Amino acid sequence: MALSGLFLLIFLLQHFVINFLSVISPDTFNEVSHFMGTNPFIQFLMQPVLMFGVILHLGMGIVIELQNRNARPIKYAFNNAKANSSWMSRNMIITGIMVMLFLGLHFYDFWVPEIKTKFIDGDMSGKLAGESGFRYFTELQHKFVDPARIGIYCLAFIFLALHLLHGFQSSFQSVGFKNRKFAPTIQLLGNIYAVMIPLGFIFIALFHFINSSH
Amino acid sequence: MSAAKTLNLTLKIWRQKNGNAKGSLETYPLNDISPDSSFLEMLDILNGGLIEKGESPVTFDHDCREGICGSCSLYINGEPHGPAKLVTTCQLHMRSFQDGETIYIEPFRAKAFPVIKDLMVDRSAFDRIQHAGGYISVNTSGNTQDANSIPINKENADEAFYSAACIGCGACVAACKNASASLFVAAKVSQYALLPQGQVEAKDRVLNMVKQAEKEGFGPCSNTGACEVECPKGISIENIARMNREFLSAAISK
Repeated sequence: MALSGLFLLIFLLQHFVINFLSVISPDTFNEVSHFMGTNPFIQFLMQPVLMFGVILHLGMGIVIELQNRNARPIKYAFNNAKANSSWMSRNMIITGIMVMLFLGLHFYDFWVPEIKTKFIDGDMSGKLAGESGFRYFTELQHKFVDPARIGIYCLAFIFLALHLLHGFQSSFQSVGFKNRKFAPTIQLLGNIYAVMIPLGFIFIALFHFINSSH
Repeated sequence: MSAAKTLNLTLKIWRQKNGNAKGSLETYPLNDISPDSSFLEMLDILNGGLIEKGESPVTFDHDCREGICGSCSLYINGEPHGPAKLVTTCQLHMRSFQDGETIYIEPFRAKAFPVIKDLMVDRSAFDRIQHAGGYISVNTSGNTQDANSIPINKENADEAFYSAACIGCGACVAACKNASASLFVAAKVSQYALLPQGQVEAKDRVLNMVKQAEKEGFGPCSNTGACEVECPKGISIENIARMNREFLSAAISK
């Protein structure tokens, strides 16, 4: 669970960096997207590894949740859980499932059309018919025109932030990396990561929404 | 000096005849309780009244009443050992409660801690975890080496002592949303892992104790930190990280 979580933390960071390129340089974003979408190492090794990581993380999360529920078949009549633990730490399954539901939408928006274009239609050019530049930035902008979709994306990133606020430091604890010396730094880095990365994704979505509506 | 104002309370107590019976919360009004009495003394007063009325007294675990033995338990107003921090139930005093308050008293809940009667649960799962590896093998043939003759650095000795402060009361399990015994197991693993005497059996110890905890039906740890907050002895979850390191290392190298 922790190892797949740490792997997904690294993936999320690189995903954010590439997406942020769409804000500062559409051309660079196009170049990097084309590289990521056509490089055999990334397509046929890293992408399946990522898929496996996501499925493993979700699967283990559900299994652990079921084990946990089984470990206390009779609940407390009065439980003051907020006195000793954060809401985020107690509700990882809820925030996790919300993020996974969003991933379904995200795959529908980006991954499925990409796979269709490349591997069903056989178009590996990365370009739209009759145009000379890469299509990725244009496609990205077209995805961020619907206010409802933007709202869902922003909400999903809030759930992601809540998930990461516990998940980041919990991963380090589970692999045994946390001790008295490193704990404050891990906690601080975790809080920064958990707030800044989702906030950055929200900014990117809003940036393209606002730009596309002008 | 004026006498302290007494408390009139409403107690909601879990009553269950035995492990197979269906339990329920029963309501007991209790008046004129001194704020200076301990929580267990308050229950003693309640039981005195119940016995006088010919009713069955409330069964609960207790022994030393000095916060040392780990016998007392009780989930009081939603927290193991009640609202005060770093104390066991026997050290909890009624001044922690308000006049007119309703107090919920439940047993520690976990599949691995089955209810024996009322508020008393069977915590022998902890004994079995301890038996699985929470010891060091010592030659007792008469020429045993004095432990004090083995040099141990101060930092490790202190850490081992803090870990050894665990009294095995089970508050960590009761507080954890997963009913995980990780803090207990980690404290016992750490106590030996930090000392030279514990090195010989270190790998078997952590593997066997974690395996036994799983076998007993305790849930996996999800690092909520509730155990650390509720532990009456302040055992740190740093022990859990150490246990995880020990476990990973042993699982890979064994």
